[in-house]
Amino acid sequence: MSMYDIASAIVVLIIITNFLLLGAGWLRAAIRIVAVQGFALGLLPLFVHQDGLTVRLAIIAVLVITLKGIVFPRLLMRSLRELSSVRTITYYVGPMPSLLIGIFVMSSSLWWGYVLPLPDQTGYRLAIPMVFFTIVTGLFLIVSRRQALMQIIGYLALENGIYAFGVFFAQSESMLIEVGILLDVFVGVFIMGIMVFQISREFDNIEAGQLNTLRDWFKSRKEAVSKDSEV
Amino acid sequence: MKVNLLAVAHIVLALVAAPLLLGIINRTKAIMAGRHGQPLLQAYFDIFKLLRKSAVYSRTTSWVFRAGLIVNLAAVLVGLLLIPFAGSAAPLAFDGDLVLLAYVLGLARLFIVIAALDTGSAFEGMGASREVTFSMLVEPALFVGLFALSRLSHSLSLSGILYTSGVTGWSIGAPALVSGALFVLYLAENARIPVDDPATHLELTMIHEVMVLDHSGPDFGLLLYGSALKLWLLGALFVGVFSPNLTEAGIWFREGYALVGMLFLSIAVGIVESSMARLRLLKVPQLLVGAGALSMLAAILVLG
Repeated sequence: MSMYDIASAIVVLIIITNFLLLGAGWLRAAIRIVAVQGFALGLLPLFVHQDGLTVRLAIIAVLVITLKGIVFPRLLMRSLRELSSVRTITYYVGPMPSLLIGIFVMSSSLWWGYVLPLPDQTGYRLAIPMVFFTIVTGLFLIVSRRQALMQIIGYLALENGIYAFGVFFAQSESMLIEVGILLDVFVGVFIMGIMVFQISREFDNIEAGQLNTLRDWFKSRKEAVSKDSEV
Repeated sequence: MKVNLLAVAHIVLALVAAPLLLGIINRTKAIMAGRHGQPLLQAYFDIFKLLRKSAVYSRTTSWVFRAGLIVNLAAVLVGLLLIPFAGSAAPLAFDGDLVLLAYVLGLARLFIVIAALDTGSAFEGMGASREVTFSMLVEPALFVGLFALSRLSHSLSLSGILYTSGVTGWSIGAPALVSGALFVLYLAENARIPVDDPATHLELTMIHEVMVLDHSGPDFGLLLYGSALKLWLLGALFVGVFSPNLTEAGIWFREGYALVGMLFLSIAVGIVESSMARLRLLKVPQLLVGAGALSMLAAILVLG
């Protein structure tokens, strides 16, 4: 069993987690799946780079696994606990069409992988398709799910895709940058978790569509602005 | 045509041992539930009991109703001839037999469905509609999965595809993914629990059992036997896909692997049935599309 085989298996695992995310029906399940995805991503750089385990790789792997595999899911689970009445995911696009769209996106990602090959041929055929698929899955979750919590999960999947791209593409990205991005994401998820909590406390639900009820506020604000401009 | 004695023995084994699988599944469920359970041979008793009775036919039915179960049984028997067991070639093996297998199963289903429609019962019509809806999702998953494997093994015949692909330890390759998809299809096609509950006759959510409500006596016995054979057939398909490369292995090892595989598959079905409830009807298509996604991923892996 070579490093290459393990890395390929991890790539396939990440693709499967994307399908699971698209088909998930429970918020708790979605959080767990994104945790597994983050964990797999954390392991990925250890096996992709042929030059073996360096201190830099090890630090990044540990950081990514702790943050994406443990800390983020915990934060999300905590906000989920606060919303004791919310358990199932609500959709604009249901799980079955989502899965079909997923199959379509995966197939077209494969095509993109052919058109946009990696500059240095590391030989991972599925790397670029996996990256595209993960990014598009994240974006799709953001627009197709109603709850604010699922939008955070979509954001995490999107970020996972970008990170995976970095793993394959940049052989020697500066550690400062990677740690900086991780810190950004950490703060992002932290703030979003607090926001979801605040939204749910204020409005008794976390449906993004329901935020339209804020329109009154928006209208009065617009009137105020137009009055300002008249003056 | 040279008749392979071993292949004939496999067919006889399937004909004799198929109802035993039902017994193993039921025994597993009983043990999981802490009961002693019915005898292992209960399915045989049921079938013999039913064969001794006489059939009652509704006056609204026509010859289609009576043809239904006969075509069903015949189609499953043809399917048995196509499927290789324990790594030796099937009695009927030719390029493209995997397509025939899928359509033989389709024919069996079609006749059960039109027999159900022939009774004119709204209840059975509902079951027929559900069965057809789900099979519409099962077939692409089966075809794409078999396509991936046939591409991998450079063979268009089931006898060349099964037992050659090699599910190896850690790597998540195409065979492992197709096995996952096939397990879901196995449960769906045999009307086992996450999709349909074989034990219920009362609920409005049942699918397969509702279609055979009007069959009685020997007809129902043959239907029961037909579904046992189908269980064996699809089980043999699954075990063949989910197997290491056995082309080099000795005959006893291959036979042992296949038989133990069938045994474990039945136990796995029993465990699945006792550990989860049937899915809501609306969730079933989702599960089947998920299986389709797995097959598709396998095809992508093979092609990419």
